[in-house]
Amino acid sequence: MSKYSIFSLARNAMSHHDNWERAWRSPTPQKSYDAIIVGGGGHGLATAYYMAKEHGMRNIAVLEKGWIGGGNTGRNTTIVRSNYLWDEAAFLYEKSMKLWEGLSQDLNYNVMFSQRGVYNLGHTLQDMRDIQRRVNANRLNGVDGEVVDAKELAKRIPYLNCSPDSRYPILGASFQARGGTARHDAVAWGFARGADSYGVDIIQNCEVTGIRREDGAVLGVETSQGYIESKKVGVVTAGSSSVLASMAGLRLPLESHPLQAFVSEPIKPVLDTVVMSNAVHGYISQSDKGDLVIGAGIDSYNGYGQRGSFTTIEHTMTAIMELFPVFSRVRMNRQWGGIVDTCPDACPIISKTPIKGLYFNCGWGTGGFKATPGSGWVFAHTVANDEPHELNAAFALDRFISGALIDEHGAAGVAH
Amino acid sequence: MLLIECPYCGTRDESEFTYGGEAHIVRPLDPDALNDVEWADYLFFRKNSKGILQEQWNHSAGCRRWFCAERDTVTYKFKSFYKVGERPVEDEA
Repeated sequence: MSKYSIFSLARNAMSHHDNWERAWRSPTPQKSYDAIIVGGGGHGLATAYYMAKEHGMRNIAVLEKGWIGGGNTGRNTTIVRSNYLWDEAAFLYEKSMKLWEGLSQDLNYNVMFSQRGVYNLGHTLQDMRDIQRRVNANRLNGVDGEVVDAKELAKRIPYLNCSPDSRYPILGASFQARGGTARHDAVAWGFARGADSYGVDIIQNCEVTGIRREDGAVLGVETSQGYIESKKVGVVTAGSSSVLASMAGLRLPLESHPLQAFVSEPIKPVLDTVVMSNAVHGYISQSDKGDLVIGAGIDSYNGYGQRGSFTTIEHTMTAIMELFPVFSRVRMNRQWGGIVDTCPDACPIISKTPIKGLYFNCGWGTGGFKATPGSGWVFAHTVANDEPHELNAAFALDRFISGALIDEHGAAGVAH
Repeated sequence: MLLIECPYCGTRDESEFTYGGEAHIVRPLDPDALNDVEWADYLFFRKNSKGILQEQWNHSAGCRRWFCAERDTVTYKFKSFYKVGERPVEDEA
């Protein structure tokens, strides 16, 4: 694979950019692999990449039922942060943050990671107490954070409505300067190209329809392109995780919900950071193209339809209007939905299962994008060694039986 | 926007209702007799069906009563509505 650089750009400019090699191959599936990753989103591709890079595995396939990055990876609002309250979550997301910080160089692919900072607003005294506590916990865990008051916020984000007369006045915020956004498609493409360069087969339009087992161990998967043998199968299918689990006779503590997102028409630069509010329930940033990228909460009902209801759209827009009245006349350009798999404690499951050789990485709910590299990194370790890494040991499936939940609703339940 | 037919009030907009998740999960009569796996199954583990799901709704901005519905979780189309304590009406076919 040729390296992307200023020289390759110049060389290809000579031939009118007609001769760029394909970023990854489209192989036909082999009969058998050392490991199969089900799901070609960011997390699945990152898993395959780190299995190859960190654990020396080469004979790996990523099976994707549609096209890579066509699910939640291409449907989120691209926010990256690591300011989680509890130790387990903070360490996991901070691992991811550290990988983000070197990801473009590591992949030789520009994922446009932009550390423009993330503000989490507080609108009540209790919000502010929780923010103080979370920032203190973050700092003790080596995660950057500061508490900002309303006066300072008004200076830093001029169009944010910091008036004490608003219905839910903004009292302050937590600020993580290292947070920001990344180009979501580029993350999928960069990991795909990276994995492919190690010989990983990325097989698109290949839907897994069954998981073959014998004596409590995995033998392989039935797919729309035939049976493929593998003693290790890692499932990273987000909203469809329960469906894959049922193929192996398992039940998961997950519920799939639609989560909607929006972009406006492109406007001139007006917002140079990410603003999130749990209380009025919305989050917003501005993409490099100029569109406002907006999201909020899930639709309350279970759904696999990749679309949601107008009530949720209205809730989202009222929240954004509360924060930024100046956007009242900006028109929305596009709206879509993804299917998120929510967990009772708002934390992921990155775990072995009762079936030998079957692993699940799911339950990221509404906040999986920020974790893409870290999730792949720890899941690669889990699948390659048949043991979780210490960073994801606490995120085991059996925590719902032992009761050792990681209750991140305060930091994770809402905004991403 | 879903149109939901409350068995007590008739058809109303989704915004009048609150979702209550999977229906027919019965609280174990003798929780002390359960082991941790069974208790976890009751508390946390769900069918999360892709296709027809039997679920609970509350007409929170109306009569405030709970009822059940069968809905396709892919098309979001409702198949039937019925009161708590009843079972869904089977297709005539």
